[in-house]
Amino acid sequence: MDVARLKRVLSKSSRSTLVHGVLILVSISCVFPLVWMFVSALKTQETIFSNMSLIPASPHWENFALAWTKGKFGIFFFNSLFYTFCTVVGVLLISSLAAYASSRLPFPGRKILFMLLLATMMIPVPGAFIALYVLLVKLNLVNTRLGYILPQINGQLALGVFLLKTFFDKLPRELEDAARVDGCNKLQVYYHVALPLAKPAIAVLAIFTTLAVWNEYLLAMLVLSDRNLMPLQRGLMVFQGAHITQYPLLMAGMTISVIPIVVIYIIMQRHIISGITAGALKM
Amino acid sequence: MKLSFRDQFTNSLFALPAALLFAVFSIYPFYKVFQLSLYQWDGISTAMRFVGFANFWDILTRNAAWWISFKNAIYITFLALTVQNALALLLAWAVDREIRAGNIYRVIFFIPPILSGIVVGLIWNWIFEGNYGLLNHALTSMGLGGWTRAWLADPKTALYSVATIHMWKGFGWGFIILLAGLQNIPRELYESARVDGAGEWHVFRKITVPLMVPVFVLVSILTILGTMQIFDLIISTTGGGPGYNTEVPMTRMVALMLGSGRLGYACAMSVIFGILLLLFSLVQMRLGKWLDKD
Repeated sequence: MDVARLKRVLSKSSRSTLVHGVLILVSISCVFPLVWMFVSALKTQETIFSNMSLIPASPHWENFALAWTKGKFGIFFFNSLFYTFCTVVGVLLISSLAAYASSRLPFPGRKILFMLLLATMMIPVPGAFIALYVLLVKLNLVNTRLGYILPQINGQLALGVFLLKTFFDKLPRELEDAARVDGCNKLQVYYHVALPLAKPAIAVLAIFTTLAVWNEYLLAMLVLSDRNLMPLQRGLMVFQGAHITQYPLLMAGMTISVIPIVVIYIIMQRHIISGITAGALKM
Repeated sequence: MKLSFRDQFTNSLFALPAALLFAVFSIYPFYKVFQLSLYQWDGISTAMRFVGFANFWDILTRNAAWWISFKNAIYITFLALTVQNALALLLAWAVDREIRAGNIYRVIFFIPPILSGIVVGLIWNWIFEGNYGLLNHALTSMGLGGWTRAWLADPKTALYSVATIHMWKGFGWGFIILLAGLQNIPRELYESARVDGAGEWHVFRKITVPLMVPVFVLVSILTILGTMQIFDLIISTTGGGPGYNTEVPMTRMVALMLGSGRLGYACAMSVIFGILLLLFSLVQMRLGKWLDKD
């Protein structure tokens, strides 16, 4: 092997080591804060500030039980689960119906409705929450579960209709025609033929709605003041604002709030990432 | 084919739930924000006083806190546009060029973006904490004890610290979109350029950058809209303090609404802010088209 070639190979491999080094360093920075949060949840209020070990000698697993019961994170958790479930079901049902209509079933005003929906995705109204709050007061929906769910269903409608309409537009019509010849009415065609075919798009919509609702804070802060109705994000802020913050329990509560989202992410990461890139590059 | 009235009616039933929800929770508040912005109203009393554009005039000419909050948001956005997106591009480029198993990095870098702003803020609160924070602890153990400070409470560093947290949370977005853009570029273009003897930097500048302009524009718009409306992260770290050092438009609006009960005024602020955001994205799109033509 001649010297020049050796040099080239060496410089290439050292450069790729450098690149890997940077990538690994960034990866650690992404994961470490979560590891730190989890580890801290296993310490005590007395040792949490002084004990900097990553593997605590005597892990206090009971902190999770305490956070769950005494810290009310059990209630917050089930509230979050409930809000997320209801919103996802609502979004899937309502936006798939509307998307199917705007793709297949002409009616007067169809184009305008679709364009208005799209416009809300483009035009930022950063203070819409103020008017929304006024509205919820009028409707007597402040501090109710419904008052927290309905605006969030609406919040995901534009994305849902857009996503599913694009999908329905690309579906061949033959199957639906065949079902119609067999005597299915519109609703049956939608439910038995179109909807099952749209599963990939529905999965993407369900995941993004889940992420959005699980992580939502502003609306929860405005609408919900009863602790028994609060979702996790709101519960976390209330807990940390308490007179004496129990840090290990706060960290345990944070861990409880993060676990479902990380699990879903790891299972569904392929859909999430391809959903983002496909959506982004189409625009 | 002309549809029968019955058909049109049953068809529209499919869209009815969406239309209703949309009308009540999107159209009505949209209209209401504009309407309320012309009034002086505390949100509770029945007395609403029409004041015309007085709210707007007051915000634009007399409200120093609003301008500070806007400037802070611009500052964080500027850092996100430059530092965060440059890092995202660099990482995407490295993964695209060098590494076959890029998927694992893609998965890891997108962990911060799926976390809530509240959780991210609360974790970093503790890393940046003045007395027993992890960062100060690390600095002290490295013999840099003189550098320690309460990062989020010190007026000198609060805004930078918040911006750092925000960029940590956000760079994965840019990374994923930019990487997808890079992978769309046909490999043959690179190979033929290299056969012609073009260096790494030359290839990047002459092939990668021009083809990536639309993706850059998209990432920039997403960064601007996302960062200017930052809220959760501020609330869970500094709450806008110390003083007005990390106040942003969203925290100002919430404070006006909940703290001082000036709903009309907050709505006027929202209108101004919304228009500015729209202008930003329009300028960005124009700029992208113009660059694309060259």
